[in-house]
Amino acid sequence: MNLKKKHRTTTNNTNFTFPEDIIQHIFTFIPSDNDRNSLSLVCKTWYNIDRYTRRSVFIGNCYAVSPGIVYERFKDIRVLRIKGKPHFADYDLVPDGWGGYLYTWVVEFVKMYPNLEELRVKRMVVSDECLEIIGRCFKKFKVLSLLSCDGFGCAGLSAIAANCRTLTELDLRDCETDDVTGHWLSHFPDSFTSLESLDISSLSSEVSFSALERLVARSPNLRKLRLNRAAPLDKLSTLLRQAPKLVEFGTGTYSDGHAEIRPDLYSGLAEAFSGCKELKDLSGFWDAAPSYIPPIYSVCSRLTSLNLSYAHTLQSPDITNIISQCHSLQRLLVLDHIEDTGLNALALSCKDLQELRVFPSDPNALVANVSLTEKGLVSVSEGCPKLQSVLYFCRQMSNSALFTIAKNRPNLTCFRLCIIEPQVPDYLTCEPLDAGFGAIVENCKKLQRLSLSGFLTDRVFEYIGTHAKRLKMLSIAFAGDSDLGLHHILSGCDSLHKLEIRDCPFGDKALLANVSKLETMRSLWMSSCSLSVGACKLLSQKMPRLNVEVIDEGADLDPRDDSCKVEKLYLYRTVAGSRSDMPSFIWTIDQDPVAYRLKNHPNGL
Amino acid sequence: MTSFDETELRLGLPGDGGNKTIEGGATAVHNSGKRGYDETIMDLKLKLSSHDQETKIDHDQKKHSSANPPAKAQVVGWPPVRSYRKNMLSVQKKSTLHNEEGNDSSPSFGTKGNGGGGAAFVKVSMDGAPYLRKVDLRMYKSYQDLSDALGNMFSSFTIGNCGSQGLKDFMNESKLMDLLNNSDYVPTYEDKDGDWMLVGDVPWE
Repeated sequence: MNLKKKHRTTTNNTNFTFPEDIIQHIFTFIPSDNDRNSLSLVCKTWYNIDRYTRRSVFIGNCYAVSPGIVYERFKDIRVLRIKGKPHFADYDLVPDGWGGYLYTWVVEFVKMYPNLEELRVKRMVVSDECLEIIGRCFKKFKVLSLLSCDGFGCAGLSAIAANCRTLTELDLRDCETDDVTGHWLSHFPDSFTSLESLDISSLSSEVSFSALERLVARSPNLRKLRLNRAAPLDKLSTLLRQAPKLVEFGTGTYSDGHAEIRPDLYSGLAEAFSGCKELKDLSGFWDAAPSYIPPIYSVCSRLTSLNLSYAHTLQSPDITNIISQCHSLQRLLVLDHIEDTGLNALALSCKDLQELRVFPSDPNALVANVSLTEKGLVSVSEGCPKLQSVLYFCRQMSNSALFTIAKNRPNLTCFRLCIIEPQVPDYLTCEPLDAGFGAIVENCKKLQRLSLSGFLTDRVFEYIGTHAKRLKMLSIAFAGDSDLGLHHILSGCDSLHKLEIRDCPFGDKALLANVSKLETMRSLWMSSCSLSVGACKLLSQKMPRLNVEVIDEGADLDPRDDSCKVEKLYLYRTVAGSRSDMPSFIWTIDQDPVAYRLKNHPNGL
Repeated sequence: MTSFDETELRLGLPGDGGNKTIEGGATAVHNSGKRGYDETIMDLKLKLSSHDQETKIDHDQKKHSSANPPAKAQVVGWPPVRSYRKNMLSVQKKSTLHNEEGNDSSPSFGTKGNGGGGAAFVKVSMDGAPYLRKVDLRMYKSYQDLSDALGNMFSSFTIGNCGSQGLKDFMNESKLMDLLNNSDYVPTYEDKDGDWMLVGDVPWE
């Protein structure tokens, strides 16, 4: 687009006019959304230049804005990052049919942005039809990344494979794909050679191995390949030999089901792995057999990221052997099989560690099935100076451990602690864990994300409101005593962006006392709290730019009764008005209470 | 001679018949097979974990002090672990079992019927059958397999018919053993859609 011809504007200051195409050129060096937003506020000229040159848009909540509004603002988007369902959908708290349909966006974007190259989608429903449209209509399409999505199957993937001639990345991480069977991979034509990244780790069924092998063989730029669980161990070395330049690799099932090692399989793997000189990221390892682990030792020293969280069969000594060799490790995902001893080894060996996630191997076990306690985490906090991000499932915690962690690691940006049993206090003193979490928020001044657990009173929220000034996302469950707790959060956390709460005794008062705060946040989720219909009505009336959605799964809701309890509330700011695709189990203030009640209880109110 | 009414195997919903006892020598020999209809139908609403049902923790229970942590109920979405991680345990157990049986890995990719997490369960009903079946589509490799399996599942209902052949079979003692051991009296449950389902089709997890 030749801006000079179309927008010959004169500035008020006639002494100096800066050629617009130079400004445009300068802008190309400024990709950050925040910076671009600032630039566009300088003057109308700059606003317009940004309008035509912004290439990437991030939409954190697909219902906060509409395709039309996006097009009004930006005329030539190439990259769309978009998110749909609330985070608690990951834990089955959001009913099916809630919404988040990518189709709505794709169908408009096809007309508005035919040059779209990248779609990075999280927690949305992506239908086969939607994928077919993407495949057919975006001629320059390069990247399809679907994280935690569902709704598509073989037909959609086949359409992508068959039609996207310039595809470089296909990422289907953590998607729910019950029905993906068949040979969709074979739909990539023989002339298709541009693939750089393929992640099919979430696909539950078999993939045609011969098609995969041929695809890998004709993809010289392939740097990232993540297989699914159905990929057998004996095919691994063949694949790796075809793609020795891989930087990220995810195995399939990492055992062959037999007790004795097969020497040919073993040596094949050892040779293949040692041939991958660029390998930095390893994952997969479903059902990993310890006897086939040594072949990966040759790559361990180069690894920056390792995901062993599917390796239920590896015990602490096996895991320790691996990580003791991973001196460059920055990111580790692992099961609690690692135990405190393994974490001690991690603290000794991995001085570059930035992110640690420890998942529970048996989340429903009543007592600890492994010897993993708060001590492991303390150990890592002491030994790993660069540790920033923690996700830790355990069964006991103490305030003193939290004090130590906070003191050791003031650079924490993400601290998600999940003590598996709800409302468990400090196991040493039987006190609430308020003080411990208080220490975390007080010391870790850059903390952006926090998840609480254990026995907590309103006190902890006072600490958080006072100290957690950079906190953007907060997750609360089974905590607090009263509305005061929620009030501390809403009134104190200046940077709060996303708040999700379940099973807490928070009611109407705190929300109604902080209505304007809610418009400064992306969204609020409250389930199994003490909210009433009346409060939701008031909120909706006072704040027209908030969508206040009451999720009424059990059809219990009687919106005529202001005192009726609200089981699930999802509230978010929007400039797009109320949704047009709401399922019948969501009530909002636009719906007449009597009509709503009749719809759900046709036989009697 | 037993009266026709007593021995007639009805195809109505379980529970609307009275106690049905089988006369004859069958009673003594096969206790495991013979059970009264009422005793047999476990009239529980069995709460399947994860996707089928939810259990809610009582709000009052949450206020328990530290000394008495809340009773361990299946709380939806807690602990906050994604379902594909939860499912892995059960699928892993299944595949370990499968591998121990000494099966060679099939020429096509992967172990049989054991893809990633979870199974593909589908409800199957036959008109007139007293309960429905759930089938894991992942267990079958072809339409023929599936059709055979369905045929087997539902054949027992046709054997129990009150046609003349059925009655003859019924009087025949050895056939009777087959019937009793087969599926005349089986544990069933009512699921959330109000359908009667056979216990056992969906693994406990």
